[in-house]
Amino acid sequence: MTASKEVFISNIHGLHTRPVMKFVDTASRFKSEIKVHKGGAEPADADGKSVMQMIILAAEAGTPLRIEAEGEDADQAVKELAELVESKFGED
Amino acid sequence: MEIKKGIGVSPGVVISTAVVLDAEDLLIPERHVPAGRTTDEVSRFHQAIEVSITEILRLRDKVAEENGKEIAGIFDVHVGMLRDKSLLKEIETEINKLQTTAEYAVNVVMRRLAQRFQKMSDRYLSERVKDIQDIERRLLHNLIGQTHYDLAHLARDVVIIAHDMLPSQTAALDRAHVKGFATDVGGRTSHTAIVARAMSIPAVVGLGDITNEVNTGDIVIIDGHHGVVIINPDEEQLAEHQAAQVRSVAMGKTLAELLHLPAITTDGHEVALMANIEVPQGIDEAFERGAQGVGLYRTEYLYLTREDGEPSEEDHYQAYAESLRRLKGKPLVIRTLDLGADKYTQNRASSPERNPFLGDRSIRMCLHDIPMFKRQLRAIMRASPQGDVRIMFPMISTLMELRQAKMVLYDVMEDLEDEGVPFRRELPIGMMIEVPSAALMADSFAKEVNFFSIGTNDLIQYTLAVDRTNEKVAGLFCPAHPAVLKLIRDVIRIGQRHNISVSVCGEMAGEPLYTLLLLGLGLTLFSMNGPDIPEVKKIIRSTSLEHAKQVARRVMSFDSERQVMHFLREETRKLVPEAF
Repeated sequence: MTASKEVFISNIHGLHTRPVMKFVDTASRFKSEIKVHKGGAEPADADGKSVMQMIILAAEAGTPLRIEAEGEDADQAVKELAELVESKFGED
Repeated sequence: MEIKKGIGVSPGVVISTAVVLDAEDLLIPERHVPAGRTTDEVSRFHQAIEVSITEILRLRDKVAEENGKEIAGIFDVHVGMLRDKSLLKEIETEINKLQTTAEYAVNVVMRRLAQRFQKMSDRYLSERVKDIQDIERRLLHNLIGQTHYDLAHLARDVVIIAHDMLPSQTAALDRAHVKGFATDVGGRTSHTAIVARAMSIPAVVGLGDITNEVNTGDIVIIDGHHGVVIINPDEEQLAEHQAAQVRSVAMGKTLAELLHLPAITTDGHEVALMANIEVPQGIDEAFERGAQGVGLYRTEYLYLTREDGEPSEEDHYQAYAESLRRLKGKPLVIRTLDLGADKYTQNRASSPERNPFLGDRSIRMCLHDIPMFKRQLRAIMRASPQGDVRIMFPMISTLMELRQAKMVLYDVMEDLEDEGVPFRRELPIGMMIEVPSAALMADSFAKEVNFFSIGTNDLIQYTLAVDRTNEKVAGLFCPAHPAVLKLIRDVIRIGQRHNISVSVCGEMAGEPLYTLLLLGLGLTLFSMNGPDIPEVKKIIRSTSLEHAKQVARRVMSFDSERQVMHFLREETRKLVPEAF
């Protein structure tokens, strides 16, 4: 099973360490593989369960992200991760 | 012998043996292992990861207990990185591909990562390179099995010389044996400065290249009062500073006896001595020194320690509520955000300012970012029913600014009222007097605030046009300049006339040299770093108000700072011979 969704980074600071920690913690609760594709001027991919890769994405506010999951709980994973990003990681 | 001048950020004098941290990076040679042995290297690597994680978790708990969860958050990131499967895999692949030792593979991969971080355009992220280096160092130490200096268990007293202290290093310090810090970089709000003040040990920062000039084992004098470090002092220097050290220790003993006595003059005039703090935990230390409350809570630290730059309303609220809990009804003067013109904000600014000290700093910055300002004000108001909170706006230079800031505060009160959130409407509102225009207009300002607090550091800098961090002109920075003294005298008088409280919360309040003068000018509230309280109290208890007034009158008749300082030193020495 696969699922994906496009979201925009909307918290002011973008994917700084704290939001990344939240994202990776959430992603790691799922069995599915999670890929994050950063759009915009400098596209890049990251493993959604990797703190390091997610930080290196350096996704600023306004950057489009595609969250992709593959595995038995793919739908739920994408849903929760998208909600996390859209809720500005509960920060702003 | 070599004398280096930096910025004294924590007072006191210490003479001790140096331990130099990070003088050089560990040199990891490329060593090959036989094809069959790479699995051993991989398992060594995994062991090092496990040990490192255990160490970091222990550190995190220690730091969380001592400095709060906020600061400890950085260690969660370190653990997150060490548990990062793709990073672990990359290092394993490197071990197998290069047929090399675990330490070499760690070194190669972490250096590669560090480079990627350094290249990032986002300043905040590029500074995370420190975390990468911190992790690399920890892993390598665990692999090599050599913790080159175990700062947690020192056999004897030392002073630490470092480029800049890493949070994990200060957290692990053996506090019984570390007697001072000297660092290449940093300022008053740097991590090293704050830790040193909390530990009440001398520290000098911003020394440039002290790590290159000192070797581990050298004898070093750190003079936190004067911002001076002397490397391998000659006999004369040694004797002079030994005497100073003995005096400060002896003074410390008599001062401890003053703890529970009031700051009262011999003719029965009592003044209030309060503490300046950076974190709620500082309150306990301030009480131990005899503080009667907090006269200045520098909330910048909430911003400086944040991983993501800006604290949420809840972060603010937690810090204020915790402070009030610790204060048990004693006053808490919260200064709203006073950032700008420092490395932190300049690094984050999209275009650095040409003249940041005259730029978008402090209250100006807040009025340019109302949502941010409101977050802090809401948190203060929400905490207000829990104790004696007072709010203070920094860097006010015109009446309009003060009125705008108050408008924003009233807006916040209205919002809270609509939401049914309780707050204390009549909480005292005050302002800092730290710009000459505000000092000269104090008469007008006094009608619109409940109290003044004179910030002498900025008042001196703006009155005398001197940047004291610039070593070429730092000598011109002097609280005793008659122009500065006139402004202070007038502000105190105007406060008395309008019956509003006036305090001094700059460094001058904590300098024993100026205690008699400030007392004589009519100051009734001094706010200073906790460690300075006992000495100031001792001087106050040694004089009559009448005598202090005579001293002040005489001082105000001088027209040079030299005369002022000389006279004050003589007068103070007569009362408290051990003071200087």
